[in-house]
Amino acid sequence: MLRLEPRSAPSNLMVYLSPLLAMILMLVVGMIVFTILGQPPFKAFHAFFIEPINDWYGFGELLIKASPLALIALGLAVGFRANVWNIGAEGQLTMGAIAAGGVTLWLQDSTSAWILLPLMFIAGAIGGMLWASIPAFLRTRFNTSEILVSLMLVYVANLILSWLIHGPWRDPDGYGFPQSKMFEANALLPILIEGTRVHAGVLLTLVALVLAAVFFRWSLTAFQMRVAGLAPKAALYAGFKQRKTVWFGLLAGGAAAGLAGTAEIAGPIGQLLMPISPGYGFAAIIVAFVGRLHPVGIALASLLMALLYLGGESAQMQLGLPAAVSGVFQGMLLFFLLATDVLIQFRVRWISKTSTEAAS
Amino acid sequence: MKKTLFAQRFKTLASSLLLASTLGLAGTAAAEDPLKVGFIYVSPIGDAGWTYQHDLGRKAIEEKFGDKIQVKYVESVPEGAEAERVTREMASSGSKLIFGTSFGFMNPMLKVAKTFPDTHFEHATGYKTEANLGNYNARFYEGRYLSGIVAGSMTKTKTLGYVAAFPIPEVVMGINAFTRGAQSVNPDIKVKVIWVNSWFDPGREREAAVTLMDQDADVITHHTDSTAVVIAAEEKGKYAIAYHSDMSKYGPKAQLTAVTHHWEKFYIDQVQQALDKTWKPTSIWGGVKEGMIDIAPLNAVVPKEVAEKVEKAKAALADGSLHPFAGPVLDQDGKETVAAGSNMTDEVLLKMDYYVKGVDGKLPK
Amino acid sequence: MDTNTLILMLVATVAAAIPLIFAALGELVVEKSGVLNLGVEGMMIVGALFAFIVAAETGQLWLATLVGALAGATMALIFGFITLSLMANQVATGLALTIFGVGLSAFIGQGYTSVALDGIKNLDIPVLSSLPVVGKLLFSYNILVYLAFAAFIAVTWFLYKTRAGLILRAVGESPSSAHALGYRVIRIRYLAVLFGGAMAGLAGAYLSLAYTPLWAEGMTAGRGWIALALVVFATWRPGRVLIGALLFGGVTIAQFHVQGLGVEIPSQFLSMLPYLATIIVLVLISRDAGVIRLNAPASLGQPWHNELH
Repeated sequence: MLRLEPRSAPSNLMVYLSPLLAMILMLVVGMIVFTILGQPPFKAFHAFFIEPINDWYGFGELLIKASPLALIALGLAVGFRANVWNIGAEGQLTMGAIAAGGVTLWLQDSTSAWILLPLMFIAGAIGGMLWASIPAFLRTRFNTSEILVSLMLVYVANLILSWLIHGPWRDPDGYGFPQSKMFEANALLPILIEGTRVHAGVLLTLVALVLAAVFFRWSLTAFQMRVAGLAPKAALYAGFKQRKTVWFGLLAGGAAAGLAGTAEIAGPIGQLLMPISPGYGFAAIIVAFVGRLHPVGIALASLLMALLYLGGESAQMQLGLPAAVSGVFQGMLLFFLLATDVLIQFRVRWISKTSTEAAS
Repeated sequence: MKKTLFAQRFKTLASSLLLASTLGLAGTAAAEDPLKVGFIYVSPIGDAGWTYQHDLGRKAIEEKFGDKIQVKYVESVPEGAEAERVTREMASSGSKLIFGTSFGFMNPMLKVAKTFPDTHFEHATGYKTEANLGNYNARFYEGRYLSGIVAGSMTKTKTLGYVAAFPIPEVVMGINAFTRGAQSVNPDIKVKVIWVNSWFDPGREREAAVTLMDQDADVITHHTDSTAVVIAAEEKGKYAIAYHSDMSKYGPKAQLTAVTHHWEKFYIDQVQQALDKTWKPTSIWGGVKEGMIDIAPLNAVVPKEVAEKVEKAKAALADGSLHPFAGPVLDQDGKETVAAGSNMTDEVLLKMDYYVKGVDGKLPK
Repeated sequence: MDTNTLILMLVATVAAAIPLIFAALGELVVEKSGVLNLGVEGMMIVGALFAFIVAAETGQLWLATLVGALAGATMALIFGFITLSLMANQVATGLALTIFGVGLSAFIGQGYTSVALDGIKNLDIPVLSSLPVVGKLLFSYNILVYLAFAAFIAVTWFLYKTRAGLILRAVGESPSSAHALGYRVIRIRYLAVLFGGAMAGLAGAYLSLAYTPLWAEGMTAGRGWIALALVVFATWRPGRVLIGALLFGGVTIAQFHVQGLGVEIPSQFLSMLPYLATIIVLVLISRDAGVIRLNAPASLGQPWHNELH
């Protein structure tokens, strides 16, 4: 029978190979599923993975969808590396958008873009961080699980947004529909590529990717946080407080999510409405893991994840497949990745039956 | 402009060539290409509800026009950034007539309409128009008024219940019309409202319905998207008035009637006009008269004289002699908002943000 | 508010709490064995769908309930294989399980949104249910409600009064010592995870067969996550799970009653109450670090493999 045996050292090769393996497995299983559904597998494959990005516009869509995913995943990775489980980025994104949207509605008639846009992003980051500071405070002060608090706050954030756009911030000329006023041109991010929706928010994500790469590679804080995640006691010994780790991990995620929310409303959406995000905050968790909590991996994973979304839409239009296919694929991809990850620490060994019995 | 259009066409051509070559499909374009029509839905089609009624319209045009058209749809498109891409993908893949059926698609459709001047766009429930963007909506409140007469006639506790999604004018209008319909039968009737803050959450819709029935409401209705309220009424032995679709299958005893939406005729007309090249952007707000709003067959328990009264009111709505908000309209504090002898204007109706007399509780602002 | 309304409120509270009781009790056992499965929502909705399909196709409600539990357990098996046999990160796998389950159920369930189902009816136990007050309050629910309370008693008894329960807790406290004593840690954890999946499946079956009863995409609407919160809220004790579930159901129902009475607060704020209440109680419970340390399974969420220890 097959048995797993620990490797003496983690396999570097498998670190890179297992995401590829997971993708291949997902594709193979996906092809089988398509065949069962009576779809010619190659046509389905084409509709799902090629069709959405076969022109500039589609490619631009891939970028603007990957951008918030990568940005949030980077922020979350800071915490995840230290075992700080912020799974409420969706709520932090919403609060960031609310803060930035509030600044916009307040100042857009009197301020130029050069001042307004930076202010929006600062407000967005602060909004996200404030929302993330609630689980951070409760965790450090009262030892309350940050997983659950950050998650509960997602629902609360959405209800606050709902209240704002149904009430105080509703567009007075909007026939009572739950939306804010459209933002003026000075509150909108410039478009980078003519004919697409690629906005300057994508640049922000690129900068964040580089900064994160530097931070993870060289920063002492990052090292200490990683130690804190691997062995809390050793971290204490190294003079790094668990408390600081929790705060830093959550605030990084909150700031990233708040910035991503700001880029959404200042980019493709152009106003406050419900929903701001189609689940970026949750999908980013998968992106962070598939990307190995590493900037380069996260960039690639976010593109793949964005493609799965776009492919789901395209498969609907081309083949009449239901929208839910995307979720099935995303779930599968993560399953396969997590499963193949075992090969980093372990090798598969064939052990004959007799020796198995002897071992047990 | 010309250049970008050319580029657009070139790209479409290139992508279809790519598709054809990859798949080894020969070009199947006939002498007369079918008109491509697209539908963008906000939720899954399901079997009842808002999107389902629109999808009946899609099926109707497919049946009527057959080979002359080619219809695509995308369901579960979130409002916001996603809608623009889906609309655009539809337009650039050759759809010449695109229907978007949720309010939140308005601004995205407007943006796309500007870059595809040859494509016709129709948006449901919005208020903006453009040279190639029209909008359409139904006077849901007329059906609400009729169902209010039924509910008002059948209640014994003089308390009606209303499960509502979000406090927007369209919903408030429905609550008020329902209340006025019921009060036309008996001015002592009260309507209780519970907001569930979701268009679709069967569990919460049910909990709200049960709460209303526990608070003495014996006829309940809903402005949410699932069948849970009707099912809850059936289980508790109370009456219900369904919305969007006929839900008698889910509550054969409970459903007194349903306020139903009918988009078939509108969609057929629009497709016909596009085929005849006579399509123009319009703002259509159709009601009972245009056949966009109706009520489902009354339950057998509804007495004959009530049925006659409803029939009469329906005829009066159709010929314009009855307006659900004909003055005097009083708000909750008894203040007159529309004077006797005049009807509420459409402009005021579309911005309705207060409860009329007879609704219990305060409208959250 | 008169007594009758109060009784009706309590009855509605119990009905709303049942799916939480099932799912949270299941997750409690899983976590007691040292495993954290965040995929409750995914297992619940898959259970809801498969129970509904069987009920719609065969009309056999018992069979349907059983299949709902089995479907939940099957989902749990995927989780178990990846986290227990392959030692993957439990948080990530649980999240993936939820995304997968929600997508899969929407995908397979397409044809079933149209089905009207004669769901599981209330028992209205003869004689007893016509007693004043207690009749309505205690004897007029459907059978799954009583099953949930039976499950509560069974889980409590199992955890604290049986040898198997003791072993399970030992595995959660210190898998290495349990292993040293000769217990099959992985096997025990598998069983706990499967039980948790079955209970989440039952919660789903209750929703689709008895509570609403209907099938719709995303119909569990976050109840799986609430169940997870309840386990921490309860500091891993079955009795407190029961109280927490009833409290959460109570706040949900109460906010609707407050609205029905016509209070002038934006309904969004009332809708926040159940979530805020959960956070506040979480804080109150975990404020005393000692309580958490005493009650939380020491190895919660950490992968374990006998060759590594």
